Amino acid sequence: MRVLPLIAIMASVLLLAGCPKKPTTAPEAETGSAVPGETDGATTGGAAGAGVGEARPLPGGEGGGAGADAAMAAGAGRIIYFDFDSSEIRPEYAEIITAAARRLAAAPALRIRLEGHTDERGSREYNIALGERRAQAVRRALLLQGAGDPQVVTVSFGEERPAMDGTDEAAYEKNRRVEIVDAG
Amino acid sequence: MKILRFFGCAGTLSCLLAAAPADAQLTVQITQGVADPIQVAVVPFGWAEMGAAPWDVAATIGSDLQRSGRFAPLSRTDMLEFPHAAPEIDAANWRLLKVDYVVVGKLVALADGRFELQYELVNTLTGQRLLGQAIPAGRESLKLASHRASDTIFEKILGMRGAFATRIAYVAVDGSPQARRFRLMVADSDGANPRVVMQSGQPIMSPAWSPDGASLAYVSFEGGLSSVFVQQLASGQRARVSARSGINGAPAFSPDGRRLALTLSRRDGNVDIYLLTLATQQLARLTESPAIDTEPAWSSDGSQVYFTSDRGGSPQVYRVGAGGGSPQRVTFEGGYNARPRLASDGKILAVVTLDRGAYRIASLDLERRASRVLTAGRQDESPSFAPNGATLIYATRDGRHGVLATVSVDGRVQQRLAGGDGDIREPAWSPYLQ
Repeated sequence: MRVLPLIAIMASVLLLAGCPKKPTTAPEAETGSAVPGETDGATTGGAAGAGVGEARPLPGGEGGGAGADAAMAAGAGRIIYFDFDSSEIRPEYAEIITAAARRLAAAPALRIRLEGHTDERGSREYNIALGERRAQAVRRALLLQGAGDPQVVTVSFGEERPAMDGTDEAAYEKNRRVEIVDAG
Repeated sequence: MKILRFFGCAGTLSCLLAAAPADAQLTVQITQGVADPIQVAVVPFGWAEMGAAPWDVAATIGSDLQRSGRFAPLSRTDMLEFPHAAPEIDAANWRLLKVDYVVVGKLVALADGRFELQYELVNTLTGQRLLGQAIPAGRESLKLASHRASDTIFEKILGMRGAFATRIAYVAVDGSPQARRFRLMVADSDGANPRVVMQSGQPIMSPAWSPDGASLAYVSFEGGLSSVFVQQLASGQRARVSARSGINGAPAFSPDGRRLALTLSRRDGNVDIYLLTLATQQLARLTESPAIDTEPAWSSDGSQVYFTSDRGGSPQVYRVGAGGGSPQRVTFEGGYNARPRLASDGKILAVVTLDRGAYRIASLDLERRASRVLTAGRQDESPSFAPNGATLIYATRDGRHGVLATVSVDGRVQQRLAGGDGDIREPAWSPYLQ
């Protein structure tokens, strides 16, 4: 019975972490995410030159914070790796899926983002589609286990944001993944 | 809900075509030219005013012709005379130097502060004057005017318009996986004058030119989710045209510029091709398949959309009428054919193909059904045709770095465009610029 303690540990780490920070992204502040959201009242058309939108952090912004380091340590529990050209979830990741689904079911206000990634082989937009397929596979598994539909959004980065640089299988297997990220 | 919004440059996000040049200029190396290049002499242009001429027109034309791989321009130090007009050319003297064609001309200052680039092309074997043109240009446009002259000279001799007076867009990436910098760039077709169009700490992908060459569509992940933007190059003004749930990717302008083909997955996660009418934001679904459908490319008459799909088990290129209908499979050889692009005459399709374990660029003659692998890299991708259809630019690897390379459709001429320290990828060749 080694499964239960594992889940317990992971769940507690996730709870403690509060707002887990995804390890591989640069802080939003540097990315200049000054994009008015769909709900903001930015003006359309007309005032082209003056139509500079107010910068504001978007939901899901990764502002760092106290929980970041703890979450980094927990990163291993939030990443699901895949075989080449496959979106099938390997049995060893059942625990991660179950824990994440329970966490979502227990807190209906919680929102997560599933970020799908591929290795660098093949064309870029096709890899975006493959990464989306992986993220959708995880999403379906979460919904089957009790997560609510609006709680889980997907985004695919294809091969654009590798976890590891490199052109060998060691890098490729680290890059074929779905990361579970709290979306606030 | 309005998705179409205009906004300029805010915060640390920069959209600045007119701003400081980027550090790394691409430099062109010809890695393979034709075995029997045409001998041409481009004589230094005349300039009657005080001081140095504002632009060395002959140097630009000479390097354009050389860069094409099809010409061998005579060095200035080997020239015995420096005529500036066709009647001054002694054809026999140039024949002795094995020169087949001579380009002469002068740069003339006009009263309004502008200039006129006057040039002539003479065939030394027949003594015939093949071309005589005058191109007016402001000081900043003298290089472009020189490229235009190159385009016309190229066409007069080879029967096909040159593509020198064009630009390329590409994505430059540097930094570690933890701190990447993505920059959308535009440079002249010879790699000169690189400018940053947009930069972000999140991925930028899939630049696509509007048919008038004035705007770029691209995918940006700023904010952590994908969106498609259309940005005007001159003003930097941009509109977010798609920010739907799931994938917003692979934008491609219709030949009339009114519609954007793009890839969406929306909430159901089904990756399909859609057509978005830009003025009205009206969205029409073009494909509907549980398989992946992506990477749309328009035929030049706008009647067909080619795309990649794995509906048959492996990624292959299909085609569907722009008004809908049932898609037809186009590629059959090999287990991986993706990212189609069509030459402007509609006869040649370029794809990324899996060739003996390596991803390479192949051309497919749609009429003769003959395919040919054009490149020899391990990870070649993102082919894009020059507007004359004679040359493809694509992304390849040089050691650890992503670089750009070109190959002529007949495979005879190859070039490499080397950049700085980071990766250069996803080249998109502009249409002819007005």
